[in-house]
Amino acid sequence: MKDDLRSAEKSTAQVSPEPTQEAPALEIHDLTVAYQRKPVLWGIDVEVGAGKLVGIVGPNGAGKSTLIKAAMGLLPLSSGWVEAFGKPLKDNLKRVGYVPQREDIDWDFPVTVADVVLMGRYGHLGIFQRPKKRDHEIVRECLAKVRMLPFADRQIANLSGGQQQRVFLARALAQESDLYFMDEPFAGVDASTEDAIISLLRELRDSGKTLFVVHHDLSTAADYFDQLLLLNMRLVAFGDTKEVFTPELVQKTYGGQLTIMQQVAEALKLEEGLTKELRH
Amino acid sequence: MKADSGVGKEVAFVKRWQSGRERERERGLGVAGPSQRSTVLRQRPSSGLLIALAIAALWTVAGVGEVQAARISHVTDTSVGEQVVRFFSMRDPLVRTAVIGCILMGISSGLLGGFIVVRRLALVGDTISHAVLPGIMMGYLWHLEKDPVALFIGAVIAGVLGAVFVSMIRQTTRIKQDAALGIVLGGFYALGILIKSIIQRGAGGDQSGLDDFLFGNAAALSSGDVILMAVVTGLALLLVGLFYKQFFVSSFDETFAESLGVPSQVFHYLLMVLLAFSIVVALQAVGAVLVSAMLIIPPATAYLLTDRLHKLLLLSVVIGIVASVGGAFFSFLSTGLPTGPFMIVSAAACFVVAFLFSPSHGVLPRIFRRREQTRRIQRENTLKAMYHLIEEEGGVDVVAQSGRRVSVESLMTKRGRDATEFDTEIAALVRHDLARRENGSIELTETGWTRAQEIVRNHRLWELYLTNAADIASDHVHDDAEIIEHVIGAELVAELEKQLKNARIDPHGSNIPVVEEGIAQ
Repeated sequence: MKDDLRSAEKSTAQVSPEPTQEAPALEIHDLTVAYQRKPVLWGIDVEVGAGKLVGIVGPNGAGKSTLIKAAMGLLPLSSGWVEAFGKPLKDNLKRVGYVPQREDIDWDFPVTVADVVLMGRYGHLGIFQRPKKRDHEIVRECLAKVRMLPFADRQIANLSGGQQQRVFLARALAQESDLYFMDEPFAGVDASTEDAIISLLRELRDSGKTLFVVHHDLSTAADYFDQLLLLNMRLVAFGDTKEVFTPELVQKTYGGQLTIMQQVAEALKLEEGLTKELRH
Repeated sequence: MKADSGVGKEVAFVKRWQSGRERERERGLGVAGPSQRSTVLRQRPSSGLLIALAIAALWTVAGVGEVQAARISHVTDTSVGEQVVRFFSMRDPLVRTAVIGCILMGISSGLLGGFIVVRRLALVGDTISHAVLPGIMMGYLWHLEKDPVALFIGAVIAGVLGAVFVSMIRQTTRIKQDAALGIVLGGFYALGILIKSIIQRGAGGDQSGLDDFLFGNAAALSSGDVILMAVVTGLALLLVGLFYKQFFVSSFDETFAESLGVPSQVFHYLLMVLLAFSIVVALQAVGAVLVSAMLIIPPATAYLLTDRLHKLLLLSVVIGIVASVGGAFFSFLSTGLPTGPFMIVSAAACFVVAFLFSPSHGVLPRIFRRREQTRRIQRENTLKAMYHLIEEEGGVDVVAQSGRRVSVESLMTKRGRDATEFDTEIAALVRHDLARRENGSIELTETGWTRAQEIVRNHRLWELYLTNAADIASDHVHDDAEIIEHVIGAELVAELEKQLKNARIDPHGSNIPVVEEGIAQ
């Protein structure tokens, strides 16, 4: 069943010239990120084509959120570069959509569900341009897709966790991007929302979009994703789920071998200013 | 502007809006005409109303402001009515200048305050408003007079410096935002007070207005001040209007905004600069001690009244205007009392009203809703007791024959109520058309019967669900169900029934009532 899906997808990829001719949806090269001199990600290399649903999996503090934020240029890189569709990702933001973590938001903010989703359209508007009728239509379509249309005029605090996540997803849909980064879209949602979200993600994947999804639940990771990115401060493994999702690699990701890396990072942090000087 | 035949009257009126300490200056000027308004229209703030607000009270107690109680003017030759007409007709250029200044201040502080409140930067606004003081004093030292441009530049420099210090302390040490704000607020403000004291001890220059920067004096606004206010307000309106989208999205979700290519940091600093500008121009009218209240209270009031940012900003501006013009008006009426505290008290009064009565977020409507809910639950408990009695007596199957009727005594015993309590309870049922009282017995109406069935069904379904699906012992489930029966909606009930495959017997062996289609909601 799963293999069927994948081969079907491959054949469509061959039929439509766009994804094959184009540069990879995302290419990350030698990406290193440090917080206050403390390295949290070391030398990450990733290359993904169009139409892939990629799960980012790893223990707490592995740098999963950091990876997608750094890839989008929201954090300064210590080294490395990121390209989307053959151009530096920063110059290609229109084609990149983002779902942040739910906890990062002030849910009491004076904003309605429809307002939040409308923000997804901002990337398509000029600097001074106001949202047009078409943008409002798209907002309603996207809300309908996640079955949140009846809540369009609600203030966002009056929603359940699953509903809040659906609003974020609707906003991502409204972005009409080709490459998505989603930070724990399944965190704190009910079972029916989880089903709804994963089928929506698959739908997006089937229409040729590439999705990077930070995921914390190993029991579903293998089911949900075409490819897995096993992360623990460095790239442990990246590839097709059935090749990568092995007991050895999972053990390597979650196991204790990496403490030495953390210790080195701590040592660098304590030696203030040392890393920079040594680089030059 | 031009002194006309009414100049005598104007003078009398102007005098009334002055207070004791300015008389010194006035003596040298002789009779003041409107052309000299900028020097004449100065008034001392009084301490009386400052006490109303905690911060102000602190400073007063500390004696920092050297505030003197203003003297209620001796001029009483016009009625209150006449004064009201004078104020609102704005024939008097002095009143006009003050009111225009107040309106502009209401707009700029309401607008920018709206952003800082939703961005949780209220204390940053407070800190900047205190941090500008040494800059004001240095600006004064430049020419030894109140040159608006020199004061403005000095204040903006000090304000920005204060903001920079806050982030420096936060980023380079372990000290967190709140303490960093406290350090900068206190340190800069104290420095400003020191410089002021030194200036005032020394001779020379026009020192008269310096205290106004602490406690504000709307009546002392010069046309130059008002022009500066107009420029700042215009700039704020223009930028927020042009970049509303960007301000909106970066206020709500900074990271997402950046993922769209909106430089959140740039808009943050733009907001901070505009904030510093508007604080500086508002300082003359409200004073450093209270200006942050003008930035916080109107938007906080609006926050309780609406759930959308653009409405919040609009309401905040309206409340800001009402409070500042209202403050100026009251201070005008009471002759010589300070404008700043009046404005803040007016704004605080608006807040209290919103706090108590806002339909969505007010305290009283919430208490009212809760009381309504308590009453509904009580009614439903009475209905449930009646259902249990009917069930015990004849079984629900024979309801059709025996009627949905219970005797007063049995229900009273079941509910454990005395006669008065019982009468109230039944009266509530009757009022809601749930039951009828007929000599010695209570009969449920159609609606009452349906509701009673629903409550009992909800209770038993939930108990069954807990024992079946969650493996909780059957003697542990009753208490929860007592609350849950009242709050689960039709959707959840349907889901429960689906999961329980329409089971009809609860864990204690009682029947789960079936509510007929169409009647059940």
